Amino acid sequence: MYKWFLFLLPLLFVATSCQEPASLPVLSKEQTPEGETVYKTIPDFKFVDQDSQFVTPGTFAGKAYVADFFFTSCPTICPIMAKNMLQLYEHYENEDQLLFLSHTIDPLRDTVEHLKTYAQNLGVTDQRWRFVTGHKDSLYAIADDYFNIVVEDATLPDGFDHSGRFVLVDQDGYIRAYCNGTNKEAVTAFQKDIENLLHEMENATTDQ
Amino acid sequence: MRWKTPLLISSLFSLVLWVSCRDDPYKQGRILYQNFCASCHMDDGTGLQGVIPPLAHADYVAQNQGKLACIIRYGMEGEVVVNDTIYNQEMAGIPQLTDFEITNIINYINHSWGNDYNYMQYADVKKALEECKP
Repeated sequence: MYKWFLFLLPLLFVATSCQEPASLPVLSKEQTPEGETVYKTIPDFKFVDQDSQFVTPGTFAGKAYVADFFFTSCPTICPIMAKNMLQLYEHYENEDQLLFLSHTIDPLRDTVEHLKTYAQNLGVTDQRWRFVTGHKDSLYAIADDYFNIVVEDATLPDGFDHSGRFVLVDQDGYIRAYCNGTNKEAVTAFQKDIENLLHEMENATTDQ
Repeated sequence: MRWKTPLLISSLFSLVLWVSCRDDPYKQGRILYQNFCASCHMDDGTGLQGVIPPLAHADYVAQNQGKLACIIRYGMEGEVVVNDTIYNQEMAGIPQLTDFEITNIINYINHSWGNDYNYMQYADVKKALEECKP
């Protein structure tokens, strides 16, 4: 009699503990002096992409996007980031709920024309992946909001110090996940977060 | 009896050499490549499509062995065609590498990822670098 019970108990435990993956928490938040948590969206921005189109939060309304910061002449972490981002971009070829946004942090050299050439060379000819430029101050300021730290440092080999993060932003502008864009394993794990968010977005629309 | 000790020592030495080199025959070149080249040309030599040319199975590498040393030291700019793709992104040279280090890198590239090109001689690298000195 007892033997059956011992056998069933672990099975019962496993059956009840296997759930759907938890929803991605909102990462962009801060504590008020009173101790309250305030969730923050990516603030308003206005940049110009490789096709000379303005890119604002409105460009991504209702869609999730992956953002990073780079510059075309960067010889250190940017090529591997571009390679990993390209892989995501190609993987989600038919996903119309996910877009990609790369900001240059070297607007002086990365003109619209230069970004267009870069995008074309990479094989990006549609509007799913925007390469944007704008005022240096605005680009640097918004980088802070995306968790990336962009600081000019003349002592470094490429002159800029910046984090190689990929940041996942949801349809309302909240940051939901991030990873080290230079690390292939991290980006593969990040893809699971993207799937999680896309699944959440899908269910949100059908629940209405 | 006198031959036994030298024989033992030389056998041991050969064994040590063989064990340390067999999996990593171009170790110096590999380390240099990973430190100076891999960030752009990638650890697996595949580059970044359309932007940074590959070195693995690259026809340009196979056909331009004599130019490699100068490219590594002084960089290159302008259009270059590799495996039927046009690349036009400036490559920065790495001036701090010695002739010997450049030789090691070339030999690593020539024998990695399925590449099987010739063994680059130090003398040839030295000569080429003399000639392309600005």
